[in-house]
Amino acid sequence: MSENNVVSRYTTAARINHWITAVSLILLALSGMALFHPSLYFLTNLFGGGQMTRAVHPWIGVVLFFSFLGLFFRFFTLNLWNRDDTVWMKNLGAVINDREEGLPELGKYNAGQKLVFWGQSILILLLFGSGLVLWDVYFEAFTSIDQKRLSAVVHALCAIGAILIWIVHVYAAIWVKGTLRAMTRGSVTRGWSWKHHRKWFRQEVGKP
Amino acid sequence: MATLQSLDIRRRSASNEAPPQIRQNAMEVAKLIDVSKCIGCKACQAACLEWNDLKQEIGYTDGTYNNPTDLTPASWTVMRFTEYEHGDDLEWLIRKDGCMHCDDPGCLKACPAPGAIVQYTNGIVDFVSENCIGCGYCVKGCPFNVPRISKVDRKAYKCTLCSDRVSVGQAPACAKACPTQAIYFGSKQDMIVHAEHRITDLKSRGFKNAGLYNPPGVGGTHVMYVLHHADKPSLYAGLPDDPKISPMVGLWKGILKPISLAAIAFAGVFGFLHYITKGPNEVSEADQRKGDELAGGKHS
Repeated sequence: MSENNVVSRYTTAARINHWITAVSLILLALSGMALFHPSLYFLTNLFGGGQMTRAVHPWIGVVLFFSFLGLFFRFFTLNLWNRDDTVWMKNLGAVINDREEGLPELGKYNAGQKLVFWGQSILILLLFGSGLVLWDVYFEAFTSIDQKRLSAVVHALCAIGAILIWIVHVYAAIWVKGTLRAMTRGSVTRGWSWKHHRKWFRQEVGKP
Repeated sequence: MATLQSLDIRRRSASNEAPPQIRQNAMEVAKLIDVSKCIGCKACQAACLEWNDLKQEIGYTDGTYNNPTDLTPASWTVMRFTEYEHGDDLEWLIRKDGCMHCDDPGCLKACPAPGAIVQYTNGIVDFVSENCIGCGYCVKGCPFNVPRISKVDRKAYKCTLCSDRVSVGQAPACAKACPTQAIYFGSKQDMIVHAEHRITDLKSRGFKNAGLYNPPGVGGTHVMYVLHHADKPSLYAGLPDDPKISPMVGLWKGILKPISLAAIAFAGVFGFLHYITKGPNEVSEADQRKGDELAGGKHS
């Protein structure tokens, strides 16, 4: 518990870790979309042209992978699925209509957040693997042409999946007021904690 | 290239704009390589290097006549030698490998850089190096394993069918240099007619499976072969029996593109509509009070 009537939610290190991941994911989405669809090729201008985009995209991917790995080990125990999550998912309709009253009290993460976590974990692993296969500058000799073709499809599919999850993640932070400060300041209000993550709040209060 | 011949561009990589169509009577050209007349002298390789001002680094021998052993960024054509034994007979099959100038080019389909690959109305598929970003997608798109990426400048290179010579009415350098006239050049129609004569001749000499290699899986090609064993193209150093653009590339460069953008747009619109219909999810006074009570502090 910290002073000023707020509840501490993220350490400074966790926030830095998150924002490195966030920035690299956005840059990857922009540079990747630029090379994915001709109508979005103009986005290569943000990275200094087509050649630069092609050269820099995989390196940002390396940053994302290791940054996300940090988040993974920081948070995966808190994201393990439990029975309350199943109940929560069954009442998703009530949740998106802001009627959470009858639902179980939640720990640090709700089922939606957990799905974002596991979804991105799997997709980023697949993106990293398929990305290495496509990174001809260094790894051209290690795979067959058919593996490269398959990787191109897997890479595109996973990227679209990750972008969709990212949209859900960002929208949730915009929709649920008081959430964003967890990532900008590291703390949330008591009211927010009570409303959204009461079980976690009780644990935090119980701490010495 | 970008301006002088822009009236003659039929297709342009990664571009949605309709190509100019004012010229109606473009003649499709083709190179016909008569494998049965090739003696493997490599004059075509030398002529290619000469005309295109390329220098192949001195390599090594792998114990075969293949020299260099593979296509490279500087060697846009390579003779591939195959010793074909059947019964007591030995045939030396020599195929001049290089870009086939597909009518439906997989490289162009896969290329993400606008105008880095163009197909002219005469059928020639050309790489425009200034637009190439070196991603290697053309390599994945090609059913014939032809484009090579330079380790020096990371750009893709391949046979141009001497598009510069053809545009001023000349035959490609390799065709000009061939001492046995195993390489013909002309309109695609003429080349097919000529091939028929050659095939009739070969059949009369006992090659009953002689035929023309102009694979329909890629819409036909603008480089065609006369093969003595047209029933088994793969005998000729792995020439694909039925080349097609990989279905993976078709998926990646086809349906996946519009579906993906639609899904992303849908997610964005859904979020916006949700916000303007449901309003923000805010913490109520009551929640705040209960939170304060739980924490044991005073109402802020």
